[in-house]
Amino acid sequence: MCSLEKKGNIFVLTLTGSGEHRLNPTLVDSIRSALRQIRAQSSSSSVLITTAQGKFFSNGYDLKWAQSSHSRLHLMDAKFRSIVADLISLPMPTIAAVTGHASGAGFILALSHDYVLMKRHRGFLYMSELDNQLVISAWFMALIKCKIGAPTSRRDVVLRADKVTADEAVKRGIIDSAYDSAEQTVEAAVGLGKKLVGRKWKGDVYAQIRMEVLSDVLDEIHIGNTGSKL
Amino acid sequence: MCTLEKRGNLFFLTLTGDDDHRLSPAVIDSLISSLSQVASQATRGSVLITTAQGNRFFSNGFDLAWAQSAGSKSVAADRLHQMVVSFKPVVGALLSLPMPTIAALPGHAAAGGFLFALCHDYILMRSDRGVLYMSEVDLGLPFPDYFTVAMRSKIGSVSARRDVMLGGMKIRGEEAVRMGIVDSAHDSVESTVETAVRLGEKLASRKWDGEVYAKIRKGLYPELCGVLGLAAKVITPKL
Repeated sequence: MCSLEKKGNIFVLTLTGSGEHRLNPTLVDSIRSALRQIRAQSSSSSVLITTAQGKFFSNGYDLKWAQSSHSRLHLMDAKFRSIVADLISLPMPTIAAVTGHASGAGFILALSHDYVLMKRHRGFLYMSELDNQLVISAWFMALIKCKIGAPTSRRDVVLRADKVTADEAVKRGIIDSAYDSAEQTVEAAVGLGKKLVGRKWKGDVYAQIRMEVLSDVLDEIHIGNTGSKL
Repeated sequence: MCTLEKRGNLFFLTLTGDDDHRLSPAVIDSLISSLSQVASQATRGSVLITTAQGNRFFSNGFDLAWAQSAGSKSVAADRLHQMVVSFKPVVGALLSLPMPTIAALPGHAAAGGFLFALCHDYILMRSDRGVLYMSEVDLGLPFPDYFTVAMRSKIGSVSARRDVMLGGMKIRGEEAVRMGIVDSAHDSVESTVETAVRLGEKLASRKWDGEVYAKIRKGLYPELCGVLGLAAKVITPKL
């Protein structure tokens, strides 16, 4: 599932195990509870780093679990909306240290962070939906639009289902920087985290500003949400 | 007018004639019926390539000469308005087309012609000849709403938008690539079309489901769907 560590003012949330870290309700609930803990424990200027063990950052929704059940897919979508909204309102800067493949909802999870650092030489970002005959929901599109600036890069990601390597992703303005190994990626994330903590920003102000910047995404997340706090 | 051919998986839509391929009411009608045919014959792995005959023009936009040949200023304005309104379904058809679309420009694309090119998923043009040009500011014509939305959706850089819309800039192939407006520029008509065909074959080999492709495309351009009155929203994907 996931583990939470605190190193000084830096929270590290790790998706654990060597599997694909598919975003089924169990994993998402576990992330949700970790984010709740983070909010409870953050007293001063803090930072969140999200990373993962193994070959995958996250391979997206658990389609096997969903088994073509529309209500199960809807449930995963509703829960995932919740944690992305949580991340967008988190009172501290967020960094995704992408140490493996991130596809579909897993790519969206990475993009839901303020900074994205990634490992090169294996692992790519991939909106797999088109290749799997799945349409992409409006809130995914809103996040992609807010985080990927060039129309041609957006087209390549969703309408060509490119498998984007870390270096390509930097070139296309999708992520911030690329590193040679998982360790270096996490190290760089910690370095960046310390720098951001050193700015001594007020968490709630930071969150407010981020919510304004990503207001289109929050709007789309709330449209089509059943309203129940799952 | 325009012709429609099918070679394997690739549909070729060609604006015909050795003139500047103005978007007159007749050409617009012809485009609408051709695109409707393409949509109805679509299968997995279909791709559309739009191009034009000759080596000087893709299209110079609406048939202003026909508009101005009207008896009075008000009839001229009506004629232009008629073309502007009747072109919207062409944009809608391209936005909803259940396959990837590629525009291969053999020459200039100005005003409505530039807009027509912009409505494609991929644009290839020549580096040796031909420009992209929104002439409206030079002609003293305001942009129809869907033109503005299309440019906002497809031209990302703030300075590029300003140069295109407010600057009346005439943009050659390599500059257009640098500005992120077109995908690549080639040194002849033949190599432009050849590259378009190769790209088309590569996209065709992905064998995407056309309906899914079209829905994702519409989701990518929700504002354009809105101004054209097309439903775009996907709340939760269905398996």
